[in-house]
Amino acid sequence: MLSLLGGKTIGALTSFGRFGIFTWQMVRWLLPGLIEWRTWVRTMPLFYEVGNRTVPVIMVTGTFVGLVLAVQSFDQLKAAGFETRMGVLVTLTLVQELGPVLAGVMVAGRVGGALTAELGTMRVTEQISALTVMGVDPIRHLVVPRFLACLLLTPLLTFFCDICGTLAGWFVAVQLKGIDSNPYWYYIEASIETWDVSVGFMKSIVFGGMIGLISCYKGFHCRTGAEGVGRACTESFVVSFIAILIIDFFIGYFLSGIYRGLYGFKSLV
Amino acid sequence: MIDQAKQSVAAANHDHVAVIELIDVHKRFDDLVVLNGVNLTLESGQTTVIIGESGAGKSVLLKHIVRLLKPDSGAIHFRGRRIDQLSERELAAIRPQFGFLFQLSALFDSLTVGQNIAFPIAQHTKRKRREIDKIVAEKLAMVGLDGFEDQWPSELSGGQKKRVALARAIALDPELILYDEPTTGLDPPRADEINELILKLQRELSVTSVVVTHDMASARKVANRIVMLYEGDFIFDGTPESIDQCNDPRVRCFVEGRCSDDMLRTLKEKASS
Repeated sequence: MLSLLGGKTIGALTSFGRFGIFTWQMVRWLLPGLIEWRTWVRTMPLFYEVGNRTVPVIMVTGTFVGLVLAVQSFDQLKAAGFETRMGVLVTLTLVQELGPVLAGVMVAGRVGGALTAELGTMRVTEQISALTVMGVDPIRHLVVPRFLACLLLTPLLTFFCDICGTLAGWFVAVQLKGIDSNPYWYYIEASIETWDVSVGFMKSIVFGGMIGLISCYKGFHCRTGAEGVGRACTESFVVSFIAILIIDFFIGYFLSGIYRGLYGFKSLV
Repeated sequence: MIDQAKQSVAAANHDHVAVIELIDVHKRFDDLVVLNGVNLTLESGQTTVIIGESGAGKSVLLKHIVRLLKPDSGAIHFRGRRIDQLSERELAAIRPQFGFLFQLSALFDSLTVGQNIAFPIAQHTKRKRREIDKIVAEKLAMVGLDGFEDQWPSELSGGQKKRVALARAIALDPELILYDEPTTGLDPPRADEINELILKLQRELSVTSVVVTHDMASARKVANRIVMLYEGDFIFDGTPESIDQCNDPRVRCFVEGRCSDDMLRTLKEKASS
């Protein structure tokens, strides 16, 4: 029992160490790569793959989360006499919390899995070894562009998610529940601060970077055969999902402390 | 004076005849010892064939030569320079001098045939697009696939993929070409085409070649020298002609393509029980 526990612990620490080395190697190529046109030439097609092709999924997710939030909260807000402030609840929840998290989960599922499968297949068919033998660093050639695409486009996708959710909330409040449109937008404008948007933006950048790194790492270290690639894809999504939740908590906790220190308590009522 | 200079040049050339030198190389994966103190010198312009049973460590040895794997101990020299301790960045500068034909061809499936061959040229030289296209056409002609530039790897047969991979391996005119099981998975005529290509490249480019195979017909055809790897070390090193005179039962079993007497006895005992 003890040896099993020890073995698992050593295995987990080894994986963590390997991930750290992988991240360090990526960062070493990333910084000089930012000013190389070749890096951006390789990243452009990935913008389409990561960004454009994920937009529909993100819009559907954002819209339905906005609809559900509005429907679920309306009765309680009306009972308290705050139904005109429903937009604040929907938008703030989306901008600070659900937008980045859901966009991150969607990117991890749709893009992360595809990246792991692609790199895993390249590893199994020795294409990654072929790059190395040609004197081309596979981390520089394959990982840096994928990391950049995830890092830069997840915030943009989060923005789409927030917009769709807010409009969906407006649809429920104004079109279905008969609230006046002006107070809906007025209270959103009055309550949502640059800080709130920045928190969501910061989270989405970190989530995007983590998804890119985890997906590429899992693809690079997958076991041989179709089963190995399949397992790497599953692990890639599960690890990314858990990482998003853990990072979300720590960033939220850290930034709310900073906000309280700078501006004090903010009441939405 | 001129004679002295000639002698010193000859001596210098002699010193650098060895393209690759492996000295007491050890490698193990967990408890499995794969290479157990391997010593091997590859001489310039020769084709050395490494034979051995499946799992004997032939491919592992080949991957050590190009430093895809790092030895646990021992040294690897390329043209007199020790390469087993170099960083990946330092190795990247040396690797264009190696061409490697992978067992599964390892063509980039997101690129066309032409783009696959152009890839290493574009990465390591500053040639213009037109020049690169010309080199690609030349290399494809060398492997007998003229006009295949716009095909996708998925549209090719196994033999064609190997030939494209070979064209890519020679794209930068390397000094050393390594072939990992070049005829595996091919029918006999296609396998012989690959053998002929290896000989053709040997004649036309005068490169040093290392071929890993368990196909004795292929080994006899292309080799200047054959070495046999068995349980982590070499048990035979000689010419293709001398391997038929070797009396070592392990070598005989492999060359004649029959299982060992011990294995035969075990199988019979199991069958009778």
